[in-house]
Amino acid sequence: MKVLLIDDEEELISTLAERLSFRGIDADWVTNGEEALKKAELQCYDLALVDVRMPKMSGFALKKRMAEKCPDLKFIFMTGHGSEDDYKEGAAEAGAAYYLVKPLNIELLIKKINKVIKK
Amino acid sequence: MSLIDRFKPEFWEYRHVEGGTDEHLFDFRRMWKLAAFLTASVAVIPLIILAAVDYHVMQRSIEAENLFRTARLVSNTQRTIFFHFAERRSTLEFIVKENSFESLNRPGALGQILKNLKNSFGGFTDLGLIGPLGRQRGYVGPFKLAGKDYSDQNWYKAVLENGVYISDVFLGFRHVPHIVIAVKRSHPNGLDYVLRATLDITKLDDLLSNIEVAGRGDAFMINSQGTLQTPSHYHGKVLEKVTLPVPKYAPQTEVFEENDINGAPVIIGYRYITDTPFILMVVKHKKELMKSWYKTRMKLIAFLGISITIILVVVVGMATYLVNKSYTADQKRIMTLHQVEYTNKMASVGRLAAGVAHEVNNPLAIINAKAGLIKDLITFKKEYGEDPKLLGLVNSILASVKRAGIITKRLLSFSRNMEVSIESVNLKELVEEVLSFLIKEAEYRSIRISLEASGDVPQIESDRGKLQEIFLNLINNAFAAMSNSGNLDIKVKKAETDKVLVTVADDGCGISEQDLKRIFEPFFSTKTKKGGTGLGLSLTQNFVREIKGIMDVESEVDKGTTFAITLPLKMEGKDWRDK
Repeated sequence: MKVLLIDDEEELISTLAERLSFRGIDADWVTNGEEALKKAELQCYDLALVDVRMPKMSGFALKKRMAEKCPDLKFIFMTGHGSEDDYKEGAAEAGAAYYLVKPLNIELLIKKINKVIKK
Repeated sequence: MSLIDRFKPEFWEYRHVEGGTDEHLFDFRRMWKLAAFLTASVAVIPLIILAAVDYHVMQRSIEAENLFRTARLVSNTQRTIFFHFAERRSTLEFIVKENSFESLNRPGALGQILKNLKNSFGGFTDLGLIGPLGRQRGYVGPFKLAGKDYSDQNWYKAVLENGVYISDVFLGFRHVPHIVIAVKRSHPNGLDYVLRATLDITKLDDLLSNIEVAGRGDAFMINSQGTLQTPSHYHGKVLEKVTLPVPKYAPQTEVFEENDINGAPVIIGYRYITDTPFILMVVKHKKELMKSWYKTRMKLIAFLGISITIILVVVVGMATYLVNKSYTADQKRIMTLHQVEYTNKMASVGRLAAGVAHEVNNPLAIINAKAGLIKDLITFKKEYGEDPKLLGLVNSILASVKRAGIITKRLLSFSRNMEVSIESVNLKELVEEVLSFLIKEAEYRSIRISLEASGDVPQIESDRGKLQEIFLNLINNAFAAMSNSGNLDIKVKKAETDKVLVTVADDGCGISEQDLKRIFEPFFSTKTKKGGTGLGLSLTQNFVREIKGIMDVESEVDKGTTFAITLPLKMEGKDWRDK
């Protein structure tokens, strides 16, 4: 299982990747949409954990672009802005499986990832 | 409450402060005074002027009518009296012209004539024939006057000069008032003779006393010296001096006003009767004549008084109503202004809260992630996990991050609720959320808070933001009313079939009965010196109304206050903003 983490906050995303690796999930991380697309060129991931609000390219826009390249790619959105209710609709429209609010609970994240992958 | 207080309109106590900071547009008391005064003036002044003019015109016309009637009565009576004398004079003239001195001087001739005169006219008492030298040659009557010499008497000289003579009334030998009429017969040979008749005044008296004079009036005759020639009811007896002034000569009927001997105003009409020494006088009491006018005048004044009272009542009522309306509108306007201001302020607070939450959230996420990583390292790598203290510390960091996360979440939720949105709300949770903002203060002040919710309370569909503000305000108020270590009791339960009741009860200082009526009024505050605006409860009530709820309050001084809010399960009807 290969997961790509995309968030403009490097400190956060790198740490998250490390934590996931402790739990047996192989995770790459990038800090913007452009890099994410480049990564996606190289290999297809099973799941992308995307921050909704990023400079240059939003999470929703990125999802659209990546879905063109990797149609099977699953998405989980996350945000530090507001509660789950805030972007629920947008996330549903964009076709994300889950929507999480930062700060993330690692156990909850693992659960969601496993659920998405099983599907 | 006194009677004045009961009728005192709301705006009366409100004082306009010149250059003050309050935003009232008008000085309502002044406005009321101006409106009432102007309207009353415009209505009442013309009425008073009209009534006054009418009063004077009516009074004058009645007075003129009285004078006119008196003049007419005098004229008519004068004519009758004039004819009375003219008739008798002409008869005597006819007798002397038709009969020669000799035929009149024949024994029995005068007697026959007197008899005929008595029969035809009445009132003749005697008849005398006076010869050319002034000596009475023939006489019929009750006295022995035959042979009496009149040659040096004034009346004899007057009759010789004028051809006719009518005397004043005098008593004569019989002590009966009578009048003498004498006529002269001129003879070509210069031997003029005179026929002299005496009349009593009963005929004249009858004539005058039969006149109906209005207003306790009186008709009589006087001579030019003011001696009464006929009896008067009120102004003296025959041959006494009349108690009224002798009017000056005028060729026609005259009427004037005068005060009688008692000082009462009288109307006097008079006429000098042609060819006689008499003045006819008709005297009427003005007060009697004006009696009907006085009655009318009373009615006029009563009408005026009632009209003015009605006008004033209506004017005052209208002015009060209109100014009150305007006052209420002004209050509403200010209330709206403040509400807008409040909403803006809350929106700013919301934006600030959101900004803070966002800014804090990111580093918080990093701390969370890093602490998580440390925990992972301790858990998954043995060399780190040897010190059990480390895990405790990491867990403590994570717990704090979680707590901070909850706070930022709430801040965001609070800011998001600045905008109106209807959603499903669990009232108990909502109250808990509100209490979380105040829990620290409660702890410091040892205020015990109990929150009970009965199990059957359903979720309601309402505006979360409004509900938050309502409870925040109410709980804040309760805190302000309570001393340290008070009790705040919040209960949520199902009320009617489709209603939920939330009660917020404190055991604080309570609200006096007098204040209780006014607490929902905008700008009513007992905390003005402590910075209260007097808008808290007023706004709260508005919010409750906006979400279709009902707010009630019960309070007892020193026992505490309970606010009860009944909310519908669903907000039906139009959105409040559409109003």
